[in-house]
Amino acid sequence: MTTTITVTVNGEARVLPAGSTVADLVAALGCKPAQVAVERNREIVRRADHGAVLLVEGDRLEVVTFFGGG
Amino acid sequence: MGLCGASARRTIASVTLVDTPLVLGPHRFTSRLFLGTGKYPSMPSMVDSLAASGTQCVTVAVRRMQLGVPEGKTLLDYLPREKYVLLPNTAGCFDAEHAIRTARLGRELGIGDLVKLEVLGDPQTLLPDPVGTLEAAKVLVKEGFVVLCYTSDDPVLAKRLEDVGVTAVMPAGAPIGSGQGILNPNNLRIILERAKVPIVVDAGVGTASDVTIAFELGAHGVLLNTGVALARDPVRMARAMKAAAEAGRDAFLAGRIGKKLYASASSPTSGVIAGE
Repeated sequence: MTTTITVTVNGEARVLPAGSTVADLVAALGCKPAQVAVERNREIVRRADHGAVLLVEGDRLEVVTFFGGG
Repeated sequence: MGLCGASARRTIASVTLVDTPLVLGPHRFTSRLFLGTGKYPSMPSMVDSLAASGTQCVTVAVRRMQLGVPEGKTLLDYLPREKYVLLPNTAGCFDAEHAIRTARLGRELGIGDLVKLEVLGDPQTLLPDPVGTLEAAKVLVKEGFVVLCYTSDDPVLAKRLEDVGVTAVMPAGAPIGSGQGILNPNNLRIILERAKVPIVVDAGVGTASDVTIAFELGAHGVLLNTGVALARDPVRMARAMKAAAEAGRDAFLAGRIGKKLYASASSPTSGVIAGE
């Protein structure tokens, strides 16, 4: 049985334990949950759902925050 | 206290100069200057510049978290929410779909429905793509965004954007970061004359007089970034921009005199002493 999954985060492959949620990913990246937004396969994952949404093999994720800009 | 002082105090009228706030969706701004948060030499320089400008609304970009970089203080830590309304932009998006996704991510960051929509044509000119801009504006307005829409200074497009329900139209004075000022004041005048939504001049401001000119023409707001951030002394330039905005706005509200070809004496023309 597979114990890990590979997902793409901000364009980079990343191996996570099977059964990881979006919240687990955010924690693994060391991000402050209140300062990131996550898109999974081009759909927004609402912050309230981060703990409930399971990641699966091949998911493509964008994890973003604010940077200086005009 | 001399007589002069006493009499001056009696005769100087206390005049309250009032201006209406600039209303954008749920927000009411008494400062009509919007500042970007990019390209400052340092975070303290940005913080001091924003404070010196008197702005109440700052733009921010939505970008990927840098993975593997230990997270220290982030931009958000420097921008107290009680002081500044954050305006996420869709800068760097070259098609409508990208801009829409970026706007949604910005909203998900929890700061409300405001978005500064930019759909750019190409990286060299950074001029707006009019077709993509209109397309994205339609979608975002339907999704409940308060869309402040960056566009060229084309009066027809400005009207089209207004028609699809954007909250404010933001015509460029000149290309982004170019510092060329208001290149086509006539187009801006036409846009302003026909607009039913606030017009915020965005992009191209190089120095204080550019801001003044925009406000003198009747612009409801001005958004700038590079002109302050890359000035030799950003904080002082931010202060200059604030003064320029107030000067231009006051001049607009005061109503300038018409331009005449010939002179018109300011001193009485009668009672001049004999010249013999």
